[in-house]
Amino acid sequence: MTRFHVYHTEAVILRRLDLGEADRVIVIFTPGRGKVETIAKGVRRITSRRAGHLEPLTRARLLLAQGRQLDVITQAEALDLFPNLRADLGRTAAGFYLAELVDRFTEPQQPNPGLYRHLVEGLKLLDLGQDPDLVRRYFELRLLDAAGFRPELHRCLECGRELEPTANYFSPASGGVLCPDCGGRNRPVSVAALKVLRFIQSAPAYDQVARLRVRPGLMRELELLLRDYLRFLLERDLKSAAFLDGLRQLSAGG
Amino acid sequence: MDLSTVPVAEPVSRLIAELEKLPGIGPKTAQRLTYYILRQPEVEVRSLAQALLDVKTRVRFCAECFNISEDDLCPICRSPDRDRAVICVMEEPLHVLALERTGKYRGLYHVLHGVISPLNGVLPENLKIAELIERVQRHPVREVILATNPNLEGDTTASYIFKLLAPLGVKVSRLARGLPSGGELDYADERTMVEALDGRRPLN
Repeated sequence: MTRFHVYHTEAVILRRLDLGEADRVIVIFTPGRGKVETIAKGVRRITSRRAGHLEPLTRARLLLAQGRQLDVITQAEALDLFPNLRADLGRTAAGFYLAELVDRFTEPQQPNPGLYRHLVEGLKLLDLGQDPDLVRRYFELRLLDAAGFRPELHRCLECGRELEPTANYFSPASGGVLCPDCGGRNRPVSVAALKVLRFIQSAPAYDQVARLRVRPGLMRELELLLRDYLRFLLERDLKSAAFLDGLRQLSAGG
Repeated sequence: MDLSTVPVAEPVSRLIAELEKLPGIGPKTAQRLTYYILRQPEVEVRSLAQALLDVKTRVRFCAECFNISEDDLCPICRSPDRDRAVICVMEEPLHVLALERTGKYRGLYHVLHGVISPLNGVLPENLKIAELIERVQRHPVREVILATNPNLEGDTTASYIFKLLAPLGVKVSRLARGLPSGGELDYADERTMVEALDGRRPLN
């Protein structure tokens, strides 16, 4: 006999896939159980009571019944719908980006409450109208910390010397910065970029980061540098990053 | 279910395995269908097999709207009775059926074959979006109705298409949203309630 087990959890909905006639597989990220693949029955019917609470990029309180393969969502109540994030295409795209990073950096059933807090904070900041680029940089560095890939930004990873305020190099394979002597063929990192990265990495909260004014060229340097590092760790490109690039081109091209 | 240990004739286990690949069909249903087909007269089974092949070999996408069609242009795009100045944009061919069943819509369609969903690997270039823009540029229309699903991916796709259509100066609309017929207020989520309130209509 299997014991029928029901549990409550808070969760952020990461993504979903249609299943059968009216069901969906819903991938959620929870504080206590990590990423969980669940199933929600009948939520594609237009009169479903749960569908509106189970949209991606929603924070919800869920009641789940343990199933043989996938746990079944029996009740759902949205806690945060992030309406401003949803109302703006650029912010929605940034939200997709945070969710894709969490999805890619986590394995099922591996709790990471720190990462959960960062994801909720990131979505909130996007909803509150904070600069989406800055929120993404902040989230990327927080995620790298929480996932155990905090980049070294103070000492050269080859020779151990303290980095000088000059053009240094960033090595994704070493996981941080190298001095000009050891840098070799790696990507150069400007003095200004290194300063911003260190500031965001050590900032105790987003309040401090929000005061940063980063010009577009420097923001792009930071974005590409972190993208290189994330691509190296994940061994793949992020689809939502490509979508954000496409949107940027669309806005620039008019 | 692992049939390799059970003594079942190879063609039978092969059909079960094929049917199991279909959406919504589990091992039990696959077995039931297989043994049902086994009992059918050969002419019935041939007709089923031919229908399966035809749907793949004789059907293609309409060159204009990308709905499923037997010819280069689908019956709707060919029809002289349709209003060619209105295009309704749909996610899937099945959604076209849902609207056609009403008999209320007289315009044309454009089927995207999906929605933008980066986490499921779907980007704008994987959909028939560029084809829609090109179509509107080629044949200016009075209105484009964006009828993608009223959810995050559907809204994202509609906003994205709107961004591309806006410079063309065409009227763009979205299907109304709010309470479903036959639903009950106390089960509606906040977002639906707000939409229903915003979209209310005067009775006088």
